[in-house]
Amino acid sequence: MSGLAILIPIALFMGLCGLGFFFWAMRNGQFEDLDGAAHRVLIDDEAPASGDDGEGE
Amino acid sequence: MNAAYAPVSVDDAAACEDSRFAVPAIRCAGCISKIERGLNAVPGVAAARVNFSSKQVAISHDPALSEADLLRAIEDIGFEAQILADNPLAEEKGSSKALLRALAVAGFGMMNIMLLSVSIWSGADGDTRALFHWLSALIAIPVIAYSGRPFFASALMALKHARTNMDVPISIGILLATGLSLYETATDGPHAYFDGVVMLLFFLLAGRALDGMMRDKARSGIAALLGKSAPGAMVVQPDGTTAWTKARDIQPGMTMQLAAGERLAADGVIDQGASGFDMAMLTGESDPQNKGKGDAVYAGTVNLTAPVRVRVTASGNDTSIADIARLMDEAGQHRSFHVRIADKAARYYAPAVHSLALLSFTGWMIAGAGVHQSLLIAVAVLIITCPCALGLAVPAAQVVAAGALMKRGVLVKDGSALERLATANHVIFDKTGTLTLGRPRPGSIDHLSPEEKSVALALAQASRHPLSKGLREALLAEKLTPAEINEPNEIAGEGMRALWQGQEVRLGKGDAQSEGLAVTLSIGAEAKLIRFTDPLRPDADTALAALADKGMTASILSGDTLDAVAPVARQLGLTAQAGASPQDKLETIDRLSSTGRNILMVGDGLNDGPALAAAHVSMAPGSASDVGQQAADAVFTGDSLMGPALAVHMARRTMAIVQQNFALAIGYNVLAVPLAISGMVTPLVAAVAMSLSSLIVVGNALRLSRALPSDHNEDTNEPSLATMPNMQAAPA
Repeated sequence: MSGLAILIPIALFMGLCGLGFFFWAMRNGQFEDLDGAAHRVLIDDEAPASGDDGEGE
Repeated sequence: MNAAYAPVSVDDAAACEDSRFAVPAIRCAGCISKIERGLNAVPGVAAARVNFSSKQVAISHDPALSEADLLRAIEDIGFEAQILADNPLAEEKGSSKALLRALAVAGFGMMNIMLLSVSIWSGADGDTRALFHWLSALIAIPVIAYSGRPFFASALMALKHARTNMDVPISIGILLATGLSLYETATDGPHAYFDGVVMLLFFLLAGRALDGMMRDKARSGIAALLGKSAPGAMVVQPDGTTAWTKARDIQPGMTMQLAAGERLAADGVIDQGASGFDMAMLTGESDPQNKGKGDAVYAGTVNLTAPVRVRVTASGNDTSIADIARLMDEAGQHRSFHVRIADKAARYYAPAVHSLALLSFTGWMIAGAGVHQSLLIAVAVLIITCPCALGLAVPAAQVVAAGALMKRGVLVKDGSALERLATANHVIFDKTGTLTLGRPRPGSIDHLSPEEKSVALALAQASRHPLSKGLREALLAEKLTPAEINEPNEIAGEGMRALWQGQEVRLGKGDAQSEGLAVTLSIGAEAKLIRFTDPLRPDADTALAALADKGMTASILSGDTLDAVAPVARQLGLTAQAGASPQDKLETIDRLSSTGRNILMVGDGLNDGPALAAAHVSMAPGSASDVGQQAADAVFTGDSLMGPALAVHMARRTMAIVQQNFALAIGYNVLAVPLAISGMVTPLVAAVAMSLSSLIVVGNALRLSRALPSDHNEDTNEPSLATMPNMQAAPA
């Protein structure tokens, strides 16, 4: 019983954290462009700062 | 992330202006990085972000940089772009976001309450059970208060107007079950239905959210294709200078200065100059019209060849476009008679469930079970019959179907469009831009020497005439380089003139007035005729055969001239009506509808708008005017005409699945309701039955993702691939 008294609040707290993160992500527009996110993985990090516009990718 | 927020070259970020552009040609990771890096390199651009799903680019930039400059910058990178006005979709998105939030909260509540419930089901009793019930109540009540709002609000609204809808029984069920469970908890009773209530909310919200997401996705896709109407024009001021004026501020009596290639923002009469006008959007005629001083020109048409000055005669709501829009509005009214299949089901379902619950309550009362026990059983009946599976049956199937269609380049605006598509049995095609590509191409250019071709390319590149565009594309496809020409000069109705190696070269209407679309290329004294055709969409006959296969009859209804329509009709073996005005089209549709046919109208132009709105269901190609796309229920992208055939096929499969889902949901009730009435449904049984029935319905709907015929799936997967070379050739 005393174990539960600790574990249940912890479980609820973690669940609320998850919910909070979800809301935060949604407000940040992370779900706006899911297809784009999938494609962005394929983009190389920016080439050394120069006028290079990454032609031919 | 990476390139997105690269070096800000503007000192004061707060002073930045945001502009949005639709770039329909974005289709790979390469495009994203090219556009973002390219734009970030433009001085004055603070940040550029591509939204891949909606094919838009948001640019935060120095106010000194005009939208036209940015448009040119994007074109320099190699993409065609259109300015997007204020975002009319923001509000729609808001409602689906609220649903998603409610869904997340319900999911959180469901999982936590279920954890506590599992302990109760596996035998916790006494103080532990009471504690867990209280904890469940503590979680459930705020969750229900938050996540139930969409249902409560809609139910209240309905009751205020003395009507009922699906949300009324749902709200009653939820509130009754919550109240009873609270009572049980307070009196230390064995059964509380908090888990059932929250799960119910979760499943119902899932159905709603799916429905909303489908609509948002299609809308954002369509918004990306929009934005073709003129946002304004250069207006000549009293002192002779010109100033950019927004379309809504243009008044009759003003004079607009129109550059070649510009779209008109208001109706007017030409004051100075002469030019060719592309009237296809208004009339459906593909051949440009020559207009000179004193001729009337209309909003929405494009000035093709030379700059002109136009005195405005009508603007805003008085333009010919607005007339068509009004006609369309009226025509669209009667479509609202269509009752969504889910609402039809609810009409029978809700009263049946309520009387059943009431009957079981009175039955047990008569049998002497006491108010508490009888109420408990009645609530169990309400919970187990609550339209969980029914609520998911329709949206789940429609979302899966719409997703599968979207992958093949067909955007369906909402679920009711699929329902209406399934019952269509006659299809009417517009010609220009629908059966044909609406982009004239030269028939054969083999009779030209390489030298002549390169001269022709040089001349065609300098002109905005649709025939020049087609010629340029055909010549570029042969990898020619343009010849060097001097003093290019375009004369409305005549064509291009220039000097090449000291002699005069011309591309335009020749002396020999030939029928059909053609231009003459003359170099010195020698003249050669290049014939043009507006090619049929590549698989028009396959698509028609597929439609005929489904028992659908077809015909052509075009605003173009008989001469232009006849060859197409002959080639496809369809009956045709030519020279139809928007009013004629409307009447034809009404006449055919009154003979009991459900009409699928496929058209693109502004002149098709009223017909698209009046038809039982309608589709427009992605190249259509924005009016056409807005009026249509679905939009298909790319050059293929398979879109309508695929959509009809998918719609019929969807309705079959929906019916199966209804059968499953009802079958489940037939099994579960007797148990509930006999008082054997504990919270455990209710939870199991509810999730099981919902999962089965969703699983059944998922079968739709494989419902499209597989013989042409790979090549049409990237629907607009065929148009890509043009897009990229444009800035070359």
